[in-house]
Amino acid sequence: MAEKKKKLLQGNEACVEGAIYAGCRFYAGYPITPSTEIAEGMSVRLPKLGGKFIQMEDEIGGIAAALGGSLAGLKSMTATSGPGFSLKQECIGYACLAEIPLVIVDVMRGGPSTGYPTGPSQSDIMQAKWGTHGDHPAIALTPSTVPEILSETVRAFNLAEQFRTPVMVLYDEILGHMREPVTIPGPGDFAVEDRAKPTCKPEEYHPYDDKFLIAPLAPFGSGYRFHVTGLNHKQDGFPTNDSKVIRENNERIMRKVHVNRESIWKNEEVMLDDAEVAIFTIGSTARSARFAVNELRKSGVKAGLLRPLTIWPFPDKAVAELSTRVKAIIVPEMNLGQMTLEVERCAKGRCEVEGLYRVDGEPITPSQIFHEVRKYL
Amino acid sequence: MSTTVAEKKEKVSVPFDYNKYLRPNKLPHIWCPGCGHGIVLKAMLRAIDKAGLDKNNIALVSGIGCSSRTPGYVDFNTLHTLHGRALPFATGIKLARPEMKVIVVTGDGDALAIGGNHFIHACRRNIDITVLVFTNATYGMTGGQYSPTTPLESIATTSRYGNIEPPFDTCEMAKASGATFVARGTAYHTLELEKTIHEAITHKGTSVVDIIDACPTYFGRANKFKSATHMMEEIEKDGTVNVKQAANLPPEKLAGKMLRGVLHKVEGPEYCEKYDILIKEKASAKK
Repeated sequence: MAEKKKKLLQGNEACVEGAIYAGCRFYAGYPITPSTEIAEGMSVRLPKLGGKFIQMEDEIGGIAAALGGSLAGLKSMTATSGPGFSLKQECIGYACLAEIPLVIVDVMRGGPSTGYPTGPSQSDIMQAKWGTHGDHPAIALTPSTVPEILSETVRAFNLAEQFRTPVMVLYDEILGHMREPVTIPGPGDFAVEDRAKPTCKPEEYHPYDDKFLIAPLAPFGSGYRFHVTGLNHKQDGFPTNDSKVIRENNERIMRKVHVNRESIWKNEEVMLDDAEVAIFTIGSTARSARFAVNELRKSGVKAGLLRPLTIWPFPDKAVAELSTRVKAIIVPEMNLGQMTLEVERCAKGRCEVEGLYRVDGEPITPSQIFHEVRKYL
Repeated sequence: MSTTVAEKKEKVSVPFDYNKYLRPNKLPHIWCPGCGHGIVLKAMLRAIDKAGLDKNNIALVSGIGCSSRTPGYVDFNTLHTLHGRALPFATGIKLARPEMKVIVVTGDGDALAIGGNHFIHACRRNIDITVLVFTNATYGMTGGQYSPTTPLESIATTSRYGNIEPPFDTCEMAKASGATFVARGTAYHTLELEKTIHEAITHKGTSVVDIIDACPTYFGRANKFKSATHMMEEIEKDGTVNVKQAANLPPEKLAGKMLRGVLHKVEGPEYCEKYDILIKEKASAKK
């Protein structure tokens, strides 16, 4: 058997590889540091595969065109960073309500506002959940290595297509620009999911058919003529003022993610079995945490790491369970306490929860985490 | 020009089956009595029929506002997007499926204020999308605020003392931005409008039709127009002149009048065709 092809890739390049592997054939976006390499990569790769790339006039245009591409049947993606992610929020809400599959990559940089474009942060965690108005489901994935950016980008497409909803991939600038060896996957190495297509006659088709939790989505131009709107709508896609239908639909789009959360959650546990103090963190901070755990273990401290690869829906169950058997959960994050609040919510006072924050554009170091954990012994 | 009066009359009298294109169970529409949007919709459907387009192959995309409710009433692939965003959504559909005929229906506030940047850049790309701008100089859906095409000194709910902002000339902007087909019509000149829209949708490249279309409910009442018909006559009939007739008129007769008809038409490379050439070159090149 031939050895797999290995490449030294930057995180943003791995994201491109993952998107192409997953079958992404439409990209629309706008240049923004530190995510621009994704647009550059897609502009090179897509035309060779018969796919389409377009650089739009602004961030909103980028996500709007990507949603148009998705409605026309192509797996679609856009990528951005903090300020651009803010600009895209109205369209993210549209994608949630109109149930259009889309992958949005947010390479997190320091904020608020223009902030620190070339510095890392993890300060878009709450924006990924609550950035757009109204109640809506959120799925957001948080890779921690360059190979994982590739595989989680594939998973993001699979979830978007499967759940007919926008899926976000969040990673910090450090990962976006870090280089690591990546095995380029061959056919069959990762599962690739496509959205369900209708099998009924066009005249019987409803884009939000209430027979389904997630109805099949016909591409525009395929003979299934239907209506899509950002207004609250009935199963046929047309606007409604019927309060019962509005409630049912709003609840359904939340429920479709909630009831499937077990299959969306993905956590890595490092030395948690006998841990007395646990660390909960994501992205590049999890790399520091892993190093700290190893050092702590060497010095006889029972430390462990819970690392979610799915930050939304939040890993409630894993955190709740962990809180019953550790003294404390330390939450290092490159923001001022966004994940800590969620961990506190799930721990319900069963253990101590302490945040370790950094917003100066520098990574949280293993030594910072090491010393924080030692406070709880 | 070659059509006689008798022939014209006959054409009008032939019943056109609008139900072929409408979603009758979605009617009545939301538009006010006296609004011109229904006239524009009918002209658009006749133009589409004349062009022989397949309903399965048409995407009708809109933003937010009164005119943007049009897609809900017609039996195409229809997309009611966000305020100002019809054009980027439409761009995505067109680029993903260049074989589709993509038409955008939008209001002047939707296209030129909140969506102004998208309008400029769609024109610049010369992507094969037809943009029908329903220009009523008003934000009707929100109750009659001034818009980017509201004339100076006009009264609106946000310009109670008279509008002090000069209006846009939609056609000049479309042309300057690179659209290869630019025209103006009115709801009053309904047969001419049908012809203009037909020419727009059969043109390859970005085509823009600025359609002057009165809002009697807000603009009309605020500005003391006696009735919807009076408003149409004053703004659409007397306030415009066909570009061909204008050539023979002295400047004083053209003062304060907007030109109707095809104002700009050139051939230019279309965006999706250029992209397809790129794909052919790159797909066949060494990997």
